[in-house]
Amino acid sequence: MSHAGNRSRNGTNTVNVSTVRPLLRVLLAAGAFALALGARPVIAQDERAAAAAAVGDLQQPAALVAALPDASYADKQAICERLVQTAGAQAGPVLRALLDGRLYSDAHHRVVVVEGESESETVPIHDPFSGAALGSAASADLSRIGSNNMLRKTLKGLLAQLDLADVDPARRLAAVQESLRSLDGATIDALRARRDQEPDDKVRRAIDVGLATADLASDSADARLAAVQKLDGELSPEVYNALQALVATDEAGASREADERVRIAARQALSHIDAMRSVYGAVETLFFGLSLGSVLVLSAIGLAITFGVMGVINMAHGELMMLGAYTAYVMQQILPQHITAATLLSVPMAFVVAGVAGVAIERGIVRFLYGRPLETLLATFGLSLILQQLVRSVFSPLNRSVSTPEFMSGSWVVNDALSLTWNRLYIVAFMLLVFVALLLVLKRTSLGLKVRAVSQNRAMARAMGVRTEWIDALTFGLGSGVAGVAGVALSQLTNVGPNLGQSYIIDSFMVVVFGGVGSLWGTLISGMSLGVVSKLLEPYAGAVMAKILVLLFLILFIQRRPRGLFPQKGRAAEG
Amino acid sequence: MTQSKSLLGTLWTERGSRAFYAVLLLAAVLVPVLNLGVAESSALHVPTYTVALLGKYLCYALLAIAVDLVWGYCGILSLGHTAFFALGGYAMGMYLMRQIGTRGVYGDPLLPDFMVFLNWKELPWFWHGMDTFWFAMLMVLLVPGLLAYAFGWFAFRSRVTGVYLSIITQALTYALLLAFFRNEMGFGGNNGLTDFKDLLGFDLQKPGVRVALFLASALALGLAYAACRAVIASRLGRVIEAVRDAESRTRFIGYRVENVKLWVWVFSALLAAVAGALYVPQVGIINPSEFAPIGAIEIVVWVAVGGRGTLYGAALGALLVNYAKTWFTGALPEVWLFALGGLFVGVTLFLPQGIVGLIAQLQARLRRPAPPKEASA
Repeated sequence: MSHAGNRSRNGTNTVNVSTVRPLLRVLLAAGAFALALGARPVIAQDERAAAAAAVGDLQQPAALVAALPDASYADKQAICERLVQTAGAQAGPVLRALLDGRLYSDAHHRVVVVEGESESETVPIHDPFSGAALGSAASADLSRIGSNNMLRKTLKGLLAQLDLADVDPARRLAAVQESLRSLDGATIDALRARRDQEPDDKVRRAIDVGLATADLASDSADARLAAVQKLDGELSPEVYNALQALVATDEAGASREADERVRIAARQALSHIDAMRSVYGAVETLFFGLSLGSVLVLSAIGLAITFGVMGVINMAHGELMMLGAYTAYVMQQILPQHITAATLLSVPMAFVVAGVAGVAIERGIVRFLYGRPLETLLATFGLSLILQQLVRSVFSPLNRSVSTPEFMSGSWVVNDALSLTWNRLYIVAFMLLVFVALLLVLKRTSLGLKVRAVSQNRAMARAMGVRTEWIDALTFGLGSGVAGVAGVALSQLTNVGPNLGQSYIIDSFMVVVFGGVGSLWGTLISGMSLGVVSKLLEPYAGAVMAKILVLLFLILFIQRRPRGLFPQKGRAAEG
Repeated sequence: MTQSKSLLGTLWTERGSRAFYAVLLLAAVLVPVLNLGVAESSALHVPTYTVALLGKYLCYALLAIAVDLVWGYCGILSLGHTAFFALGGYAMGMYLMRQIGTRGVYGDPLLPDFMVFLNWKELPWFWHGMDTFWFAMLMVLLVPGLLAYAFGWFAFRSRVTGVYLSIITQALTYALLLAFFRNEMGFGGNNGLTDFKDLLGFDLQKPGVRVALFLASALALGLAYAACRAVIASRLGRVIEAVRDAESRTRFIGYRVENVKLWVWVFSALLAAVAGALYVPQVGIINPSEFAPIGAIEIVVWVAVGGRGTLYGAALGALLVNYAKTWFTGALPEVWLFALGGLFVGVTLFLPQGIVGLIAQLQARLRRPAPPKEASA
């Protein structure tokens, strides 16, 4: 069995190495290095005896790595340092693998990397430099190249050095921030060495913070004081913890920090940082509130047209949003390779799908029930049940996941205390876009003029030659289409499932009623303020309680102002 | 004397009402006899499961009558009657919970199981006294009644009407749904109250007790029906219908519309609460999903299907729709929501008077040009 396994593994090996070779040549800058690497399997076997002899003689990175398995810990340390000198950034993956205990030597005495833990008999192996797959090896044939504390410390220092010297400033910044998390002698030395040759301002500042944090543990009180003053206003949690250690007291109540001046400065710095943090915290809450508000406005704005302008209670509004969300899902299934394009395309698609459904609803049901709002409510609610079950039968009762396009994932890190997720930022922007578009349609187009005319005085509009029936259908289609577009936005935030619409319908009615039926601006303001208020309440009352309080507030508010924040005035209000 | 005679008369005048009483009485006699008196092997035997199911339907019919009273007669479309129903149910559930005593899983003599599970040390204040039957029954009426009174007092005085009122009633029951889902509320959170053992010392699992509960539901339904008929036939009933048809005009004539509405509203809420209290021991559980706004809309559909504005129509609609639901969810679960949704759309479009209206139309057509005697609104 094992023989057969070995043979097949060798077979794949030769294939892989030959395909990998040209790739490596491209990757590696030094031509000599590339040649050495190409010859590596041969060297690996020949150099076996030489490895133990003297590390000092070895110059080529491949040879250095090949010497690792049989070297003592002290020799390994020397090998690693030499490796960094000769191979530069190329040594990074090898050192990291050694540090993480992923570096092994296999049956042919080659040095390989094994990714992840595996219980199976054979595991995939990789080239330590390039990470290219080298086929697989039997677990029994592999022996780990060990490390001890001393070696690991050296490795960390070397890796910090390597990362700090990276060409990419973002990588360097990340390296500095990473080193802040575990400051020790080696990393501090690396930081200090890097400080003066760093060209990037941001990275240099981060290095200064790191060095100052290290100085907090200095023996000289003046150095500590200077460090504290330098760190005033820094928001990272490491700095905060380090400063807090200065003002802390031990069990006996005595201060850990001996110098009075340092203690006072540290206390001031902390209160300053606390104040800044609470400001940024408030900004973050506001942002969460605005993004929740945007979701509310998006889900309510279509309703503001069908309910507000036409006076039709459309309980199937949530299901039209659901149709929009499923359109996004279907588009992504059709174009699985182009998620971003599919998501962007699904916006107009959803508008069309939901809009056509809306026109069909108006022609098929709603038009028979004008002037009977309670009956309309019931009929459209029945329709919402049918649509839900339809989706359940066609797709499945389970939630479907809609992928997030590349440009919407991740977050915008303003500083250590404040980072805003892109998808929420885009939702706010998208909501404003939809709102403005809708406002323009209603105020600047001939359709909008007719819509407003019909809603204000149907008989007069008809007398002026407006085809009111046609306008009714188009208005309903417009409101429904906007619901579909909102559904696409929701698909980026929540699960897409048959119950998606139901969970938003009550909220969106509340937003419209609170804002004042028939007022787009009212819907915008009420949605945003309800979003912000619920997010403000959440830390004190919890998410569910906040929602209950908002509902109760709305119930009471309607008692005071039954027509909402911005009531319609004039003839239309009397309907 | 004449007063009482005319009152009795009003209860009997409608043909539909007479049919309703007759059917109810028949069921109240037949079901217990066929359940307890007939051997289980017999084809005529009504299993205990069916008795409980029928009892449940009767509670629904009571609930439908309550909704019909406010919607069909007073024009207030409530999408929040599940709130009163569920609150009544919870009050009954709390009593039943306290009756479990040491027979719970944790055997705590005072605390219900879920409180022991949540590591609570003391009984919350609102659970005190709920182990006495009369007090619990008082709460069944008092809590939903007060809620309805407070809500109605605010809403009707501020002249919140029509769709706005419907939406805030929905918000009310939705808020309660969210509140009762929280464990901190002290009502068992998500799981609600269940595992009931006995009521007034009678084992809830015994067929005889089931039959007694069925009879109690039938009695409650009959009494509520009679009470509603009496209200509608009275002078107050005329004002109630006037409010539905022309609210402003009624106010201008000099009636205090908000008081009339408030009265009907609270009365209807009490009926819903009683229905809830009878419902809980028969189904054996009460949890927050009973508050769900969709449930409240379903009640409205029962009424619309049966015939809005006729009490017997509401009861008929509740029975038919719920029987259809039981049948569909058993036989064709996929189709149930299609059927229910289609029912909503179909009834509103084609049967504005519901099944009762359809029957009246057919009769009118059969009797040739004879004009329909009573114009059911």
